[in-house]
Amino acid sequence: MQITSRLSIFALLFLTMSLVSSAKDDKTSDQDGGQVDTEEEVEAYIDHHLDDSHYFNLFSDGKTGEHFGIPLPVIIYDFDNGLHAFSASKFHHGEDLVEINGQHYKLYHTKIYKTDAEGSITYDEEGFVENEKPIDFSITKNVIGMILASVLLFWMFTSLAKSYRKNQIPKGIGRFLEPLVIYVRDEIAKPNIGPKYKKYMSFLLTVFFFIWILNLMGMTPLGFNVTGNIAVTFGLALITFIIVQFSGNKDYWKHIFWMPGVPIPMKIVLMPIEILGMFTKPFALMIRLFANMTAGHVVIMSLLGLIVVMQNWIAGPAFFGFTIMISVIELLVAFLQAYIFTLLSALYIGMAVEDHSDHSEDVPVV
Amino acid sequence: MKLVEDFSFGLFFWLILVLVVLIFLLRKYAWKPVLKSLDDREEGIQKAIDSAEEAKKEMQNLKADNEKMKQEARQERDAMLKEAQQMKKQMISEAAEEAAIKADDIIAKAQTSIQNEKKAAIDDLRQQVAQFSIEIAEKVLKEELKDKKAQNKLIDRELENVKLN
Repeated sequence: MQITSRLSIFALLFLTMSLVSSAKDDKTSDQDGGQVDTEEEVEAYIDHHLDDSHYFNLFSDGKTGEHFGIPLPVIIYDFDNGLHAFSASKFHHGEDLVEINGQHYKLYHTKIYKTDAEGSITYDEEGFVENEKPIDFSITKNVIGMILASVLLFWMFTSLAKSYRKNQIPKGIGRFLEPLVIYVRDEIAKPNIGPKYKKYMSFLLTVFFFIWILNLMGMTPLGFNVTGNIAVTFGLALITFIIVQFSGNKDYWKHIFWMPGVPIPMKIVLMPIEILGMFTKPFALMIRLFANMTAGHVVIMSLLGLIVVMQNWIAGPAFFGFTIMISVIELLVAFLQAYIFTLLSALYIGMAVEDHSDHSEDVPVV
Repeated sequence: MKLVEDFSFGLFFWLILVLVVLIFLLRKYAWKPVLKSLDDREEGIQKAIDSAEEAKKEMQNLKADNEKMKQEARQERDAMLKEAQQMKKQMISEAAEEAAIKADDIIAKAQTSIQNEKKAAIDDLRQQVAQFSIEIAEKVLKEELKDKKAQNKLIDRELENVKLN
């Protein structure tokens, strides 16, 4: 049973890989109706993959323009028009307009815009779409990914928790998960936060496994790119930011606004730098995770694209090999980024809750 | 800015919602029991190690005690043996002394009794000899003094003897 399910995953992987060449982008489909086989088309395809989507597509038929997958629910809030929910199938992959109470909505490059009855899109001089956007609360592919990851995490760790009831030493999947939990506790939380680490364990553990599993899901042919999305990394970094600010003690704020142990002119100079530092730390968290995961996806898809673009018996297998190699590295990066995000979060929390009682304030440190 | 353009408030909203709910759910149903079990287990292991260490120490103490007791017993035994030996020697010497005294006593008694017997015997013998002498003398006298002359003669001789004595 396990072997067959594994085989089917591999089959799906290779099917998707081979269909990358025949799958069709929304934009290119209108122009040549053919395969993704030029540099521009590969680039567009990669861009499309990196974006969120209102469809859960496994693959598309390049010749007929048919998409195989599930349309996801669209939920939009328009200030003039209120909250509306409908299936993404109504958009027909951007071909049709959706009309609600006389307002027209168009799906254009994975985003929903308000348009006139003809569905015309206007651009500013920099090439950005000028049309008004409703707030898009849709259950997109990335939201599905997050929910899937959450369900997986919940199932895995509640089963780990349950396994302790029977035996002190977990069996099955717990054997693998327990060392990771201990790792987060002993290598990330304890050394960086110190004696108050227990309060932050839930956040650190959840974030670590959430990011890791989403990174790994990004490696599957299902094509999730959740952690490579700026809104997601922004959200993650924001939670860290909020936790850090709320757990900051007197010393933490003192070090930001009135740095002890330096002359008064330095205190004034340091204040804006420290205040800026409050924001650059989570900002770096956000950009690091986003850039790393996006870069990984771009590299892997570019290498796959090169197989198609080169159309050459030597380059094909060579780039296929490269792709495998980079995929292995990406597996490592998937773990590493989850680790770094959690580690730095712990470090920032540690700085906020640190006790400075060991050195007295306002005495210059020589 | 493409990044700002790409920012989806909806996705952000869902992330925060999903993540916060996940954190609270996992905290209640997973992290708390898991971390508690881990702590309990580690505490148990620590306790087991501690108690093993304690048991080892106790064992060592016991061993030392045993050794001490053994040593003491050995010493006591030695002392007892020594005492016994001494007692034996003393008893022997005492017995020997006593025996010697008794022997001396017996010998002395024997000697006195022998002396007495001897005296008695001598006395007896003397009496008997005297008796016999008298009887013999009587007979001799009877014989010799059959005539008067002989009687006078004897009386003379005897008187002479008495003078001599």
